[in-house]
Amino acid sequence: MAEQAITGWKRWMEGIGEQCIFFTRFFRNIFTGGFEWSEFVRQCYEIGYRSMMLVGVTSFIMGLVLIIQLRPSLVELGAASMLPKTLAVSFIREMGPVITAIICAGKIASSIGAELGSMKVTEQIDAMEVSGANPLQYLVVTRILATSLMVPLLSIIGDAIGLFGGFLALNITDSISFSLYFNKCISSLDFSDLLPAVVKSVFFGFAIGFVGCYKGYHSNKGTESVGIAANSAVVTASLWIFVIDAIAVQITSLLFYK
Amino acid sequence: MKETDKNSSPKKPSPAKKAEVVIHAKGIKKAFGDKEVLKNITFDLEKGENMVVLGRSGQGKSVTIQCIVGMLKPDAGELTVFGENVAEMSDDDLKQLRIKIGFLFQSGALYDSMTVRENLEFPLTRVLKLTDQQDIDKRVEEALDSVGLLDAIDKLPSDLSGGMRKRVGLARTMIVKPEIMLYDEPTTGLDPITSREISELILNMQKKNKTSSIIITHDMECARITADRVVIMNDGEYIAEGSFKELQKSDNKIVRSFFSDTI
Repeated sequence: MAEQAITGWKRWMEGIGEQCIFFTRFFRNIFTGGFEWSEFVRQCYEIGYRSMMLVGVTSFIMGLVLIIQLRPSLVELGAASMLPKTLAVSFIREMGPVITAIICAGKIASSIGAELGSMKVTEQIDAMEVSGANPLQYLVVTRILATSLMVPLLSIIGDAIGLFGGFLALNITDSISFSLYFNKCISSLDFSDLLPAVVKSVFFGFAIGFVGCYKGYHSNKGTESVGIAANSAVVTASLWIFVIDAIAVQITSLLFYK
Repeated sequence: MKETDKNSSPKKPSPAKKAEVVIHAKGIKKAFGDKEVLKNITFDLEKGENMVVLGRSGQGKSVTIQCIVGMLKPDAGELTVFGENVAEMSDDDLKQLRIKIGFLFQSGALYDSMTVRENLEFPLTRVLKLTDQQDIDKRVEEALDSVGLLDAIDKLPSDLSGGMRKRVGLARTMIVKPEIMLYDEPTTGLDPITSREISELILNMQKKNKTSSIIITHDMECARITADRVVIMNDGEYIAEGSFKELQKSDNKIVRSFFSDTI
């Protein structure tokens, strides 16, 4: 029993060490020459554009549902006019970035984990390495930077669509003009709402890309490993999103909401 | 070249020949956990020579060539390629060495998100850093023509048969004109006719590009066609070596088990 615990602990520590090495190699490769621009643009398209529909639909529904759920309570308190402000603050600060990141963890981290995992199984990564090319620069750097850039952008788009969903939900029972609704939403937001949300989305994107690449790049050989890499990429990336969110909210509170 | 057994001294190039040795391995050992895969591997590969390694599965044949390209580090022994010790090389030196060594994987290892053209362009643009598109196109077309697959230039690897994938893999490896070729079971999983075609292609490539090659195979027809020298690997050691014809006449039980169908 004790021996098993020690072995498990050792493996866990080895995993941490491997991730640190992987991070260092990733970071070093950003600044070595020969950045793969065309692959980076392709990844931005695959990761960003191809996830837009999913993020948009989810955010729209969340905005719609939030207004429907919030309305009875706020009407009871006589604060129905606060609905746009409440939705805007909650969506921009928290719901938008986290929902987008969780959707991306499911879609992108699993896809990167499975893609690199299957490349590992079919010896494609080994083939790149023994040919003298740099698989880390081509496969890893481009994907991590693409997720770090695309997840915040998706989050901003998701926020806008979510607020639009809220506008439609509000017009089911009440009547409010488009300009008045968005005027109320925007006037309720300030710099301290927007900046931390965008910054934490960059970290969410980084975590999604990094975990997906690490799990895929270090998967074992064998078809089963591809599934394991994809699955553990989603689970680990989702967990990291909540950990980063918890840290971000503490830092934001200290800096902006004293 | 005489057949030797495991107790005899390792093969050394005869002074009369003065052949240039491109790979020198002496007493290579490699273990994974408790399992000792390579126990004592000693050989020299001469310039322009085709050396075929025969042996049962799981005997460490692929591990040997993975050590040569620095994918694995030997636990003990001396392994030099072009006179440089592989285990002591820096990452940059290893990268430079790998440009001189071609490695054909068992599966072909084609990049499946890229077309055949993009697969062949990859080493030209990323390894040789070529930028002239006309030159790149010319080299790609020449390489594909040499393996008879010019028509497949815009196909994806998923549209190719096993034999075609191996040919494209060979073209992609040869396009950078390596001085040493390492083939990991190049004919495994192919029908006899395609296997023969691949074997003849390997021989033609060696004659055309004057490469030195190590060919790992179970395919005796491939060994017969391609080998200048055959070594037999058993239990992590080379137990016999000689020409294909010499080993056909061997009295060694293990050697005979490989050649029994060819006599």
